[in-house]
Amino acid sequence: MSVVLVVIGAAIGAPLRYITDRLLQGRHDSRFPWGTFGANVAGSALLGFLVALPASHAIQVLLGTGLCGALTTYSTFSYETLVLAKSGARTMAFLNVGASILAGFGAAYCGMAIAQAIQ
Amino acid sequence: MFKEDSVFADVRLLAAVSGGGALGALARYGLQTAFPHTAGQFAWATLSVNVSGCLLIGIIAVLIASAPSTHRLVRPFLVTGVLGGYTTFSTYIVDIQRALVAGAPRTALLYGAATLAAALAAGWAGMRIGDGLTSRFGAADARRAGSTVIEAEFTETGVLPDGPAGEPAGDDLTGSQGRAS
Repeated sequence: MSVVLVVIGAAIGAPLRYITDRLLQGRHDSRFPWGTFGANVAGSALLGFLVALPASHAIQVLLGTGLCGALTTYSTFSYETLVLAKSGARTMAFLNVGASILAGFGAAYCGMAIAQAIQ
Repeated sequence: MFKEDSVFADVRLLAAVSGGGALGALARYGLQTAFPHTAGQFAWATLSVNVSGCLLIGIIAVLIASAPSTHRLVRPFLVTGVLGGYTTFSTYIVDIQRALVAGAPRTALLYGAATLAAALAAGWAGMRIGDGLTSRFGAADARRAGSTVIEAEFTETGVLPDGPAGEPAGDDLTGSQGRAS
């Protein structure tokens, strides 16, 4: 059963990341990877919210492991950072790492705080 | 006509991302279930998933970029789908957060730094491996692509076909320049 929930969550989360990337990146002329940044921060907020809730195992697996796991990505985050660094945009590469991790934490803590506030 | 084509193509592209994402997430779920960890423990499974995914994205992205004849759905399926679904940023962040809450700041810091350093090193190594494979085997694909253009020149009016060339095969999948997903 859990396997089916992971598949359903990820089948929604992965295209959601793709659409987020197209929408965010299309609005910026910058080389900063706003799309992946946005998807990673949004997914961190949702997962921070979920783990602080007394949600059932099924919900955690569907939305946490499946949806948030596939909405966010480490491989593209790392690849885009390396492409920036290789092309000489080292400051932006460092900025991408720092901003992604800091904003991810901020978002996860906000999610957790919201979950605790509504209980 | 063109509009219908592009909508149809987008549905297929989203399906490729979706199916790939499900496969990647299943692999991640399998590893995380086989090697579970509690809140204050080092999340070895997630670290392994993220680092191996970064090695693979380096290899695959370089190989696809060097092969213009690659089918247009290969990259969204493998890179945006499978590897995007396999690796996770949210679990990385929340695992660190939970280790901090559980009173294990050393584990949190070590896990956070080790994942970041190993993931970037693996991505870099993957790109080097991809470059090595391309310089060994890439010439064949370039010859194939070249002969396709020559054939097209003969069958058409002798003018280079600008239809397919308007859509670069490698990097059109994100709608932005040279990005992975």
